Amino acid sequence: MIKVEGLTKRYARHVAVNNISFEVGKGEIVGFLGKNGAGKTTTMRVLTCFLPPSAGKASVAGFDVVDQSLDVRKNIGYLPETPPLYPEMEIGDYLTFVAKLKGIASNDVPKRVDEVIGRTALGDVRNKIIGKLSKGYRQRVGIAQAIIHNPPVLILDEPTSGLDPEQQREARQLIASLSGDHTIILSTHILSEVEQSCSKVIIINAGEIVAVDSVANLHLRRKGGEMVAIQVAGAPESEVRQKLELVRGVARVMPKDAPEGFVAFEIESLEQNAIRPDLARAIVESGWDLSELRTVGESLEEIFLDLTKSEATKAKATQEVAQ
Amino acid sequence: MRNVFTICGKEVRAYFTSPIAYLLMGLFGLITGFMFYSATVYFVNAGTQQQMTGQNSPMDIGQYVIAPLLGNAGVIGLFLVPLISMRLFAEEKRSGTIELLLTSPLNDWEIILGKWMGAMVMYLAIISMTAINIGLLFAWSTPDWRPIVTGYLGLILQGATVLAIGTFISTTTSNQIIAGGSTFAICLLLWVLSWVSNYADSALGKAVAYCSILVHFEPFSKGIVDSKDVIFYVSAIFLGLFLTARSLESLRWRA
Ligand SMILES: Nc1ncnc2c1ncn2[C@@H]1O[C@H](COP(=O)(O)OP(=O)(O)OP(=O)(O)O)[C@@H](O)[C@H]1O
Ligand SMILES: [Mg+2]
Repeated sequence: MIKVEGLTKRYARHVAVNNISFEVGKGEIVGFLGKNGAGKTTTMRVLTCFLPPSAGKASVAGFDVVDQSLDVRKNIGYLPETPPLYPEMEIGDYLTFVAKLKGIASNDVPKRVDEVIGRTALGDVRNKIIGKLSKGYRQRVGIAQAIIHNPPVLILDEPTSGLDPEQQREARQLIASLSGDHTIILSTHILSEVEQSCSKVIIINAGEIVAVDSVANLHLRRKGGEMVAIQVAGAPESEVRQKLELVRGVARVMPKDAPEGFVAFEIESLEQNAIRPDLARAIVESGWDLSELRTVGESLEEIFLDLTKSEATKAKATQEVAQ
Repeated sequence: MRNVFTICGKEVRAYFTSPIAYLLMGLFGLITGFMFYSATVYFVNAGTQQQMTGQNSPMDIGQYVIAPLLGNAGVIGLFLVPLISMRLFAEEKRSGTIELLLTSPLNDWEIILGKWMGAMVMYLAIISMTAINIGLLFAWSTPDWRPIVTGYLGLILQGATVLAIGTFISTTTSNQIIAGGSTFAICLLLWVLSWVSNYADSALGKAVAYCSILVHFEPFSKGIVDSKDVIFYVSAIFLGLFLTARSLESLRWRA
C-alpha cells in the first residue's frame, strides 16, 4: 500500500531524511520509531503530500505522491503532530467541516460524523468549543478527523501523545480495531506501544533507516550473549556461585537479592551460547532445588537505544573498551 | 465548486464568531455615519444660504453627499481590508491547520478562492453599513440611484482587489501582525499614489497614478463606469490570486 524508494528530503542544506526505502503491505500496522529529530514527521509529510520529496519516490495506494497527489490525498487519513484544530469551532461543526473537505457526500456527512464521534468517545463534549478542550480530548478529535472518511491508509504522527494511560490504551484499541481494512503507519517514541499495536517496526535514526523488522525478530537481533536469572533453594551462596562459574559459556555471575532461604543470580553468557540447559543440570546434579530459571528478556528499549546510538557515542564506547 | 463553498463557509463563520467582525462593522458604520452627517448638514446649510442670497443654481445631492460618502467609504474600507485578510493563511500556518487543508483532496485554487470569497463576504458586511445612510437619503429625497449603484460596484471591485493582495501577503508569513502590517503599508502606499495623479503630467507620473487603486475608484463614485477601470481591477484581482497560488505552491517546496 505504501512504497518508498530512495526517498530524500532536504531542508535548505540540512538533510532530514536520507535515501530511505521501505514498503508497507495492505492491512499492516507499522510503527515508525525514532528519537526526536530522526525524520519521522518529515517522512510522513512527504507521504501525505504536504511536502514534496527532494529525491526519490513514494507512492501510497498505488499513486505517486508528486504526480497523483490528489488521488493520494483521497486515500489517506492524516493526524499531524499537532492536531489541526480550529479553536473557535465546536467539535461537531469541525468534524462536519472536515467530512466535507474529505469529499464525503453531503447526505452521508451527519451519519459519518456521528459514527466517528461514537468511535472516539466524544459524544459528551460534542458541542464544546475545541479551544476549551484538554489536550487528550484534542488528540481524540485529531484522531476522529483522520478516520472520518474511512481511508484505506492512515498516517498517524504520535497518536497517543498527551493522552493519559487509560486513554492511551483506548487509543491503541481503537487503532487495533481499525487494522485489517486499514493500512496504518504510526510514529511514536513509546516502545511498548509498538510492541502492543504494531506488526512491524521501522526504526529511523538521523534520517536513515536502521532496522525494518517484525517485533519478534527484533528481539532476536541483539548482539552479545543472553541474560539468565536463576534462583536456588537451600544452598550456600558461595558454593552455588562457584558451581555456576564453572559452567561452559558463562561470562559473568552476579548475585541478586533473593527471598529468605533462597539465593539468586543473574548470569550473562558468552556470545551465541545457549547456557540454560547446562545451568539447570549443574544445579540439579549438585542436589539443590532449582526454583526459578528464566531468560531475562531484553526490552525493545535496549534494542532501540543500541540501534540508534549515534556513531559518536559508539566510537566512544569502543574507545573505553580499548582502554 | 463544493469545496470552495466549504472553505468559504468556514471562513465566514470564523469571522462572525469573533467579536472583530462586529467591531469593524460598528466602527465603519460610525465613521461613515459621522461623515454622512457632516456632509448632509453642510449640504442643507449651503442650500438654505443659497436660497437666502437669492442664488438659484440647483445643488446636486449626488455631488455633495453621495460622492463624498462613497469616496470616504472607499478610503476607510481600504484601511480595514488588512484586518480582514491578515488571518486568512497566516493563522492556518501558525496553528498547523494548513496541514489539514493541504493534505485534503482539494486543489490549491479551491482553497484560495474559498478564502478570498469568505473575506469578501466579511468586507461586504462592513461596507453594507453605509446602506443605512443611503437609505435615509432615499427616505427624505429622491437622489439619482445610478451613482449609488456604480459607487457600490467600485467599492466591491476595490475591496476585492486589495483583499486578493492581502490574501497573497498572508501566505508569506505565519505572523498575522506582519501580514496585516505589510498589507496596511501597501494600502497606504496605494492611497498616497493617488495624490500623484493630481499633478502627474510626465509619463512616469501617469504610470504611477495608474497603479493607484483609489484613482480607479473615483469615477465609480461619480456614476461613471469606465471599462479601463474595470479591467484594471479585474486584472489586479487575478494577479493577486495568482501570486497567492504560486506562494502556496512554494510553501510546499520551501517548508
Ligand atoms: N520546516 C523545517 N525546516 C528546517 N528543518 C526542519 C524543518 N522541519 C524539520 N526540520 C529538521 O529535520 C529533522 C527531522 O525532523 P522531524 O520533524 O522529521 O523529526 P521527528 O522524527 O518527527 O522528531 P520528533 O520525534 O521530535 O517529532 C530535524 O533535524 C529538524 O530540525
Ligand atoms: Mg515528529
